[in-house]
Amino acid sequence: MRTCKEISKLVSESLDRELPLRERMAMRLHLMMCSLCRTYSHQMRQLRSVLKKASDVETPTEQTLSEEARLRIKQALKKEE
Amino acid sequence: MAEVSPTELDPEVWVDEHGDALYSYALSRLNNPASAEDVVQETLLAALKSGKSFSGRSSARTWLIGILRHKIVDLIRKESREQPHEEIETAESPEEEFFDRKGRWGIKPVEWQVNPGKILEQKEFMAVLFQCMEHLPDRLHRLFVLRELEDQDSDFVCKELGITPTNLWVMLHRARMRLRGCLTENWFGANE
Ligand SMILES: [Zn+2]
Repeated sequence: MRTCKEISKLVSESLDRELPLRERMAMRLHLMMCSLCRTYSHQMRQLRSVLKKASDVETPTEQTLSEEARLRIKQALKKEE
Repeated sequence: MAEVSPTELDPEVWVDEHGDALYSYALSRLNNPASAEDVVQETLLAALKSGKSFSGRSSARTWLIGILRHKIVDLIRKESREQPHEEIETAESPEEEFFDRKGRWGIKPVEWQVNPGKILEQKEFMAVLFQCMEHLPDRLHRLFVLRELEDQDSDFVCKELGITPTNLWVMLHRARMRLRGCLTENWFGANE
């Protein structure tokens, strides 16, 4: 029987690759019996879906260029013109 | 090229119209104001050189972000090459916090009571999400951004960052554990 710590790692790994059959079975079996790891696994999927959506947002947080940076960039662009 | 108006090709206007948005986007991926400013400049330079123009502001924005994304991936690759990678540091491991010595949950996961589709509409949630990512150690941050925000597959990330798949999986797991903890603490827990 694998520990919750080991299972949590497999759950994450399953987001990055197809697990070998043995690992997949071990994970499924554990998740059937362990509600804590089930919650964790659900959160991992929620996290993935939240990030997927966040990655499409064009202005994730509102930041502003400093005046110096703005000026520097304008000058660099003018040189290119 | 019918709808080109003189202002659209004016770099000053470009910086004023898109600078902050590009900067926000870059900063959310690079975690470093100086690098973010640099890629914004490179992006606008590349855009200017291409000589392309747009009738609408939003299509220009989308196009610029497309260029920016490539520049960001390039920069992350470059930065990670300049910083030699040692063994995975245990300091990056949040696992000790969450599990006891026998590998059982010490801090037990509690269901998040939200619809993840809906919470994204809330600006506050986005701010917390990106703040939580900001707190990842640099190395974890870089590979997490490539994998999750720029949606690159494992093979690409391994190749670009020069790490083995096993290391990648371990580090992604750590990044996710940290993010999960941070969101629980600062959003889901705080909202109860
Ligand atoms: Zn478990």
